[in-house]
Amino acid sequence: MKIGVCVKQVPAKDAPLAIVGESAWIRESDIGFETNEPDGFALEEALRLKEKHGGEVVAISMGPERSKQTIKEALAKGADRGIHIADNEFFKLDPLNSAKSLATAIKAENFDLILTGLQSDDQGFGQTGVLLAELLGRPHGTIIMAIEVIDGHLKLKRELEAGWFQWVEIPLPAVLSIQSGINKPRYATLKGIMAAKKKEIATVDRASLGVAVTPTQQVQRIYVPSKTKKTEFITGQPKEIAAKLVEKLRHEARVL
Amino acid sequence: MKILAVTEQRDAKWNKVSFEIIAAAQQIAEQTKSTVTAVVIGKGVAALSDELAGYQLDEVLLVEHDLLANYTPDGFSIALKQIIEANKPDLVLFPHTYQVRDFAPALAASLGKGMIGDCTTYREEGGKLIFVRQMFQGRTVADVVFAGDAPWIATFQASAFRGDLAKKHAGGKAPVKPAAVDLKPEQIRTKPGELFREAKQAVDLTQSPILVSVGRGIKAPENIPLAEKLAKAMGGELCASRPICDEGWLPMDRQIGSSGQTVAPKLYFALGISGAIQHVVGMKGARTIAAINKDQNAPIFEIADYGVVGDLFEIVPALVEELEKPH
Repeated sequence: MKIGVCVKQVPAKDAPLAIVGESAWIRESDIGFETNEPDGFALEEALRLKEKHGGEVVAISMGPERSKQTIKEALAKGADRGIHIADNEFFKLDPLNSAKSLATAIKAENFDLILTGLQSDDQGFGQTGVLLAELLGRPHGTIIMAIEVIDGHLKLKRELEAGWFQWVEIPLPAVLSIQSGINKPRYATLKGIMAAKKKEIATVDRASLGVAVTPTQQVQRIYVPSKTKKTEFITGQPKEIAAKLVEKLRHEARVL
Repeated sequence: MKILAVTEQRDAKWNKVSFEIIAAAQQIAEQTKSTVTAVVIGKGVAALSDELAGYQLDEVLLVEHDLLANYTPDGFSIALKQIIEANKPDLVLFPHTYQVRDFAPALAASLGKGMIGDCTTYREEGGKLIFVRQMFQGRTVADVVFAGDAPWIATFQASAFRGDLAKKHAGGKAPVKPAAVDLKPEQIRTKPGELFREAKQAVDLTQSPILVSVGRGIKAPENIPLAEKLAKAMGGELCASRPICDEGWLPMDRQIGSSGQTVAPKLYFALGISGAIQHVVGMKGARTIAAINKDQNAPIFEIADYGVVGDLFEIVPALVEELEKPH
């Protein structure tokens, strides 16, 4: 099975976010980046499917030069090769135009299966998988908790809300977005890291894809949310904090 | 403007967020002098459209077809594309449910349009609608506007509007219009199976007045008993954010958030929970929220009544000791 897995590089979880007004984005210098955590589950699922059914796993990432690091990490964990779609202003693309660019870049690969994470921890659109399926004319499944491959089709466990699940079947080729927690992603081994150095990363410039970008939406500004509640911060040594907090919960909020 | 509000049901039972999206559409309509058409989609759901007719709406479209009896992304996308093309709304609103996220982006793309998803609110400024959604897991919010021509498609997060405030019809009823759609079995690529529940819900967290909840900040499974001690000292139950249950440190049925349970206890005590939106939607109805987190910018402090910026491993033992003192 030939599997493509979309991995995005996002600001590290604990990175301080400095908002840049004119670009409606954050200052990217001086912060660390990491692989979008939900995409790690998609990569792991791709690697497990390959181990079971044979084939190839291709890690695909769009973004500036730095996003190659995310591809390298996927290669170190066992992906066979990478495709980097270079775009220094990737953050400006809306979900539809991101997906159009991705679809155009990977169409000729004719993947049997394309996996994405549930959503990105930065923009959090959560639309890429569904849009890729629509643009490539493939069936899709989202919020997937288990994948079984049975003679040319997929049996999928979908998570619904409030603790419900459903098994659905779709034919291959297909696109799936994977629910976080479906598996335990592996760590790269030293051997894997060494092997990754010999693996190929093909770079394609997003501008060269010929995708005409007509924005469907525009982020006007981003800002720190205004508080809806006034938080009373309690300070001091641990013992003092404990005494003050218990006092407040008992006698002010009256909830204990 | 013409607004289409698409409701959600399963087995002819409402998903309660349907009334939230009706309330959202009514509110936007009032400000922008628009009409509101509600859509009920499925099979055997006429009773639901009759119920909606009692609300302040200009009309209710009843979209029924054998191939819509069970949800499939193809069936719902194709049917709603036809409804949108026939009715030409300017704005199409959905509740941001798992089902909607499964098909609405594809529906929008099939119309050549984009979707602004998971909005928490909106503003009207000079006749233009600005949609507000979270980014960076709630650490920032974004004002987003549509570019290009209608129809514009947006989804609102659960609890963004109050469903109980959806306005009833002033007198009489809104007309219910059956709307035919053309669907063929070969267009539906997904074979949907039966719905099932995995774990029996051993604890009903919704019934507990005090909840102590743990997030990533608890660091390791061997630290869970510390939180358990606090829950016991407070006379409450222990629950967690999704990553903790994904790791298997606590069972799935103790998960609070969009994919777990929604609770509104007297006291919600959050330990090492950053307050990602997927978690917050499940607990923001709590009467009092207390939070301990080492990051003073953690979004949990946006909604907390009492906050402690510090090391939970130092503060929780002190709290347990304090609670166990006679008083």
